[in-house]
Amino acid sequence: MTSPVTRRGLLLKLGIALNAVAGLALAVPIVGYLMSPARRKSMRDALTWIEIGELSAFPEGQTRMATFRNPSTRPWDGQTADIPCWVRRTKGNEFQVFAVNCAHLGCPVRWFPQSNLFLCPCHGGAYYADGARAAGPPPRGLFRYDFKVENGRLWIKGGMMPTLGNVIAAGRAPKGSPCA
Amino acid sequence: MRLIRSTLGWLDERLGLGAAIRETAAHPVPRRSASWWYVFGSGAFTLFLIQIATGICLALVYVPSAGEAFKSLQVLNFEQPLGWFLRALHGWGSNFMVALVLLHMIQVFLFGAFKFPRELTWMVGVVLLVATLGMAFTGQVLRFDQDAYWGLGILSSIAGRVPVVGGQIVQIVLGGPIIAGETLTRFFALHVFVIPGLLIGMVGLHLLMVLKLGINDYPMPGRLVNRDTYVAEYEEMVRKDGVPFVPVAFQKDLVFAGLMIGAVFFCAAVFGPFGPGGAPDPTIIQTVPRPDYFFLWIFSIAALMPPGIETFALLVGPPLGLLFLFLLPLWAGVGEKSWRRRPVSVLAVAFAVLGWGVLTHLGCTSPWSPVMDAWSAMPVPARDLEGKGAVVRQGALVFQGKQCRSCHALGDAGGRRGPALDDVATRLTKDQLFRQVLQGGGNMPAYGTNLSPAETTALVAFLETLHPANEPAARDASQAAPPVR
Repeated sequence: MTSPVTRRGLLLKLGIALNAVAGLALAVPIVGYLMSPARRKSMRDALTWIEIGELSAFPEGQTRMATFRNPSTRPWDGQTADIPCWVRRTKGNEFQVFAVNCAHLGCPVRWFPQSNLFLCPCHGGAYYADGARAAGPPPRGLFRYDFKVENGRLWIKGGMMPTLGNVIAAGRAPKGSPCA
Repeated sequence: MRLIRSTLGWLDERLGLGAAIRETAAHPVPRRSASWWYVFGSGAFTLFLIQIATGICLALVYVPSAGEAFKSLQVLNFEQPLGWFLRALHGWGSNFMVALVLLHMIQVFLFGAFKFPRELTWMVGVVLLVATLGMAFTGQVLRFDQDAYWGLGILSSIAGRVPVVGGQIVQIVLGGPIIAGETLTRFFALHVFVIPGLLIGMVGLHLLMVLKLGINDYPMPGRLVNRDTYVAEYEEMVRKDGVPFVPVAFQKDLVFAGLMIGAVFFCAAVFGPFGPGGAPDPTIIQTVPRPDYFFLWIFSIAALMPPGIETFALLVGPPLGLLFLFLLPLWAGVGEKSWRRRPVSVLAVAFAVLGWGVLTHLGCTSPWSPVMDAWSAMPVPARDLEGKGAVVRQGALVFQGKQCRSCHALGDAGGRRGPALDDVATRLTKDQLFRQVLQGGGNMPAYGTNLSPAETTALVAFLETLHPANEPAARDASQAAPPVR
């Protein structure tokens, strides 16, 4: 015969084990819920082709701002889902589409046609017309979107705020050069 | 009066807390610790209570939705009766609370209160510091305006620099691929549930330890902390020369807390609420994002650091600094308490305060930022044009039109990113001016592709005239040498 003390001990151990399993079972959906924005699929799906305007809106040799509604959006996003970008039409169907976010820390760069520079209001980053780094703390040139022209309209592949961790169009960014 | 007493008696019969409360209130503290230097902690705690009260009031009206938050802030400011005042109290309360937490920390550090046996009290205090700063940052995000939006952009750009998983971290911080609805609700949950819960728990722990271990004795130079004898010495001191916490020490806490509440009330009534600034619309890029004052120093560091070490410094610096603070009592837990015999500690505090002050001042003026309207808003000083020929005047036009003024000042007006050019001709010769304009360098963009030869010639002609009357322009010595016979 086993003594009552052992039986109580067994019940305690059983209770702890049961709660550990239940806690683990509970943690899986909670952690999954919290981490869901970082799933590879949701990150890959964030980038889609977005139409940003007719070609006639972008005169040759000029840099203009275009805005688009972010493709993945919630009904309560309000104006935050309206994303701007800089479109430079070099000639014909040759374009460069830059994110407004400075490659340094994400502030919105402004285009100045007088000096042909993009200037950042936060820490003084400066970029040439082709997006290459000109001066200041940015570690690289402006982030660039992939683009295509279809039926007289300009499309870009966007939908994600560019940072150094998730370059929107990998490999297409101009390297910083001292003289562009 | 009798009714109150009988009610309290009725309650105490059932709760049995009266004796414990009386004992806690009357617990003896060292006579010299009932000092005005010891009031900052209770002051910060009082402000925390105000933050809870005003925060709950604001949550009754505020809408944590990216599309509606800005409008609800406008309603709070302009329509909700006294909404502006509650916002002002919460905003000023936060400023004062951060300031008092920092003062409390400096005092505790200089008075050696983090040493044995109060190491854990300090470590919990470091957690409280992080939580307070977390409240300050998330609160700044809830004031959902342009500064909040681009502040989130800066935060995610720093997170994006984490090697390998940077992109994933940005997604988790933002709750999606861009700063939008789910970003705001995340920071709302942090500001209203997660961090306050942590703060309340940790404050409770902090106070419990203060009661259990006793208020730090006022440091005496030469009275060293020894792990084997300190507790007995402290108990002896309190027994021989202790005073009851209430009222001897408490009355000073009470007066200071009252003054702080008065100061918050005064600032809120006179200066009003903070913002919101412009609407959080990312397509409005005519904005100059700046963080609130307690984060301006980080903003300044981000502008002034060499780009090469920036990622490392941004990602490794803050955790390392906090880890150092956290582990400090384990490393320096015994020995001298008095700041009079700890010169390195005093210098470290002086350095930190001075550095913080200088960086904050720089953040306010941000001389590294181009003055983007200087080219059209600030005319060339008349003295630089008087009696000058057509080419020089044309050069002045180029100088303004090509926005050189965004970074270079003339007559004390203009950007300060580059050097002021009032005497540039004394520093650079004509050839050097051409080279600098066309090729840039030294953190100046190259203008070679942006200027026609005629424009460049005119611009350099103008720059060559910029020297004081009593200082001649620089000459190229090789050009000026007499011809060889």
